Amino acid sequence: MFEAIAFYLFAFLTISMFYIAVTTSQALYALSALAAGMMFISAFFFILGADFLGAVQIIVYSGAVMALYAFGMMFFDTTREVKEKQSNKMIIVGLSLLSAFLVVVIFAAPLVSSNITALYPIVEGAGNTQEVGMVLFTKYLVPFEVAAIMLLVAMISGIVLAGKKMDLSLTLMSDAQVEEFRDEQNKKVLL
Amino acid sequence: MELYLYIALFAPLVSSLFAALFTATPKKMFTGVVASLLIISAFVSSTILLVHILTGGEIVHVELMTWMATGGLYIPFGFVVDQVSVTMMMVVTLVSSVVHVYSVGYMDHDKGFNRFFSYLSAFVFSMMVLVMSDNFAGLFIGWEGVGLCSWLLIGFWYHKESATWAANEAFIMNRIADLGMLIGLFLVYWNTGTLQYDEAFAAMPSLDTDILTWMGIFLFIGAMGKSAQFPLHTWLADAMEGPTPVSALIHAATMVTAGVYLVVRANPLFDLIPHVGLFIASLGAFVAMFAASMALVNRDMKRIIAYSTLSQLGYMFVAAGLGAYWIALFHLMAHAFFKALLFLGAGNVMHAMHDELDPFKMGGLKKPMKWTFIMMTLASVALAGIYPFAGFFSKDLILEVAFAQHHFILYAVLLFTAGLTAFYSFRLVALIFHGEERYKLFGIHPHEAYKFMLIGMSPLLILAIIAGSFKMTYFEMVTAVLPDTEYHIHSHLVFWIMTIGTQLFVGLSILYAYKKYANNKITVPDGTSKMENSFAYKMLFNQYYIPYIYEEYLVKPYRELSTVFWEQIDLKIVDASVDGIAGIVYGTGEKTRDMQSGNLSTMLKWMVAGTIGLLSLAVVFGLAARYSDEIKAILSGLGV
Amino acid sequence: MMEIGLNHYLALSAILFAIGLVGVMRRKNLLLLFLATEILLNSVNIAFAAISHYYGDLTGQMFAFFVIAIAASEVAVGLGLLIVWHKRHGNIDLDKMSTMKG
Repeated sequence: MFEAIAFYLFAFLTISMFYIAVTTSQALYALSALAAGMMFISAFFFILGADFLGAVQIIVYSGAVMALYAFGMMFFDTTREVKEKQSNKMIIVGLSLLSAFLVVVIFAAPLVSSNITALYPIVEGAGNTQEVGMVLFTKYLVPFEVAAIMLLVAMISGIVLAGKKMDLSLTLMSDAQVEEFRDEQNKKVLL
Repeated sequence: MELYLYIALFAPLVSSLFAALFTATPKKMFTGVVASLLIISAFVSSTILLVHILTGGEIVHVELMTWMATGGLYIPFGFVVDQVSVTMMMVVTLVSSVVHVYSVGYMDHDKGFNRFFSYLSAFVFSMMVLVMSDNFAGLFIGWEGVGLCSWLLIGFWYHKESATWAANEAFIMNRIADLGMLIGLFLVYWNTGTLQYDEAFAAMPSLDTDILTWMGIFLFIGAMGKSAQFPLHTWLADAMEGPTPVSALIHAATMVTAGVYLVVRANPLFDLIPHVGLFIASLGAFVAMFAASMALVNRDMKRIIAYSTLSQLGYMFVAAGLGAYWIALFHLMAHAFFKALLFLGAGNVMHAMHDELDPFKMGGLKKPMKWTFIMMTLASVALAGIYPFAGFFSKDLILEVAFAQHHFILYAVLLFTAGLTAFYSFRLVALIFHGEERYKLFGIHPHEAYKFMLIGMSPLLILAIIAGSFKMTYFEMVTAVLPDTEYHIHSHLVFWIMTIGTQLFVGLSILYAYKKYANNKITVPDGTSKMENSFAYKMLFNQYYIPYIYEEYLVKPYRELSTVFWEQIDLKIVDASVDGIAGIVYGTGEKTRDMQSGNLSTMLKWMVAGTIGLLSLAVVFGLAARYSDEIKAILSGLGV
Repeated sequence: MMEIGLNHYLALSAILFAIGLVGVMRRKNLLLLFLATEILLNSVNIAFAAISHYYGDLTGQMFAFFVIAIAASEVAVGLGLLIVWHKRHGNIDLDKMSTMKG
């Protein structure tokens, strides 16, 4: 019974949060609503017994990704209200309703499956984190490493794309050059 | 012998094509010379063929190639030279050669010299196809060809509004009649299964008289258009807008006689339906008198001669209608000679008088134009039917036929018309050549035509005089294919009274014409004299107001109707629907162009729409797979 | 209704996906568009986790894990690109970005 209450409560919260994120005209509200929605989704993960996933969801999504978006929002000065004109609202409403209906129909249809055997079955007794660790570092090792490299690449690309004066390196310059550099900067600031 | 047939048939075509090469260039003498030489070669071939047929040779029949062989219909390009066609060939090529030679001089100062010869030779070719063809379809090809060339030639000076109007009138009237002709052809094919002359005529006696009557009527309607019988006659007088050699060739000797040729050629058919023949004869007699009456008061030289042609065509139809086909053909031949001569002489007068057409403004021209005077007078004598000129033999024969078959009304009408004919012909001659020289009032200096033109006209003159002597030779030749009815008046006395009486009547008319018009008291009428304002004069002068009636009650309403059709139906319905289809295509393109606008938001929407489409397909197929048994049960219940 | 089954979670996931689609179609500001994309990814994660729970298979959770990793790197690169665009054009309005026209 508790499960049902929790499910419906968090479902209602998540849907309303995401709805706000999608429809509000103020960027700050959208960001906050999204962050809240992420947290409530991690609640779902905990209900489903995927502890590790829930924790990762909070740390990565609500922490890192939302921070990134917050920085981006500061950069673009989108605190002002965003004017959005839509040529035809009915198209959006119609399309979205249709898509929702279709996806629900597809997913909620009784799954006709008789012979589904678990590839990586849950071992009773061990906690979720240990199980995840066992599977992750044995069967999914290569995807894990590749994901790590991908994150590295993303990080470097982020630096390259957003950085300024990338050709100058403060650590490789001698002290005199650093002094020169500082003076120029001060002159620009003062002027 | 086939070689001569091909030469006679295709030399005019070669001449036309050769002259057509030069139509855009200024006048080149050699086009006229080459064209004339080619036509003369066709004439020589025709004469050789004539001699061949006369001396008992067999009929020359060639089939060039098959035109149509579809289902039960077989139409070849076939040509036959038998007695009837060789007569026509000879007439056509002779008059054409003379006219070609004459035109070299007449069209001397015309810019369209080369074009004229191209059209003229094309006409000769079409006429040869018409008379030499051995089936109705080839006849029809030639029929249409001469109609086309007539249009080209009447409207030769196309910058003149009146000329183009007259050309259109001629062509359209011919076309209306051609509808009747086509219906006749369809009836012939439908009932006899073939369009070849010999086979069709062999099959006709076994047909129902009603069908034959309709066939004859429709074919005659076609002849009516071509030979300008009432009510399709107005185009012939207006066709005088064309150059005079055109009038001489087409509207005297050849094209207008195509109708007579058709009736003569179809004589087996018309023999079976004598009531239609009587109608033809009556109409012919009516036209003869009708046209002669209009020529009495006309003041346009060429129009008088045109009405004279119309009148003589009426005579020919009387003969053909009464079953005397060989007489009709004989009159056709003789008439071609002296009428062409008359026209060519009139052409000389026109040139001399700087295109003046009113004979009242001429007069006393016999001194400067001696030879033309002699030729026109002799031609008029032949036309009037005085012994021993050609006209006597043919016209008197027609009168005898009418009398011998006890159609006395026809006889009286024809006799009266003969008198009228003599009167107006000599009225014209007297006004032009005799009396005081009225042209001096208008400052014109006439001179005779070129010598070679006169020499070219001379064969016609000779033939107009002596053609009567060919009657017996001709009779023996042509009755191999035509019914050889000889018409005997029962009593010798009646015959001589008739003949002498006719000659006296005609002679008196001539003398009266001379008395009235060949004196020095003639002045140019200016619309004030009592005679000009009388009712009879006005009726005759305005051609019984028939052109006016046609214009008011046929042409104008039809033009209104056409305008309605154009504006309401064509523009609003047909054009609108075509434009509408184009508009739909264009609009669809405009709408789908938004797909490529480069706007990410739009593209995302399209993506979602596509996904929904695919998902719904998946749902439909899934449901169909899941419930396939139930669906099959429902469909079989519906009976699919 | 009391017994929460797989279908409930799948229906929830579908609804969240639809909301994400609405956001994607509707937003003209690119930054907010990315936010809507995050919603899409999260809804899919719920579905994976639910299936994994109800079939007793860890594959679903693994997949959700990798989806999170990918989403993070995507955000990083996407924001970097967005910064470059903003430096060049001064705004990030979707209607003004139509260089791919035609």
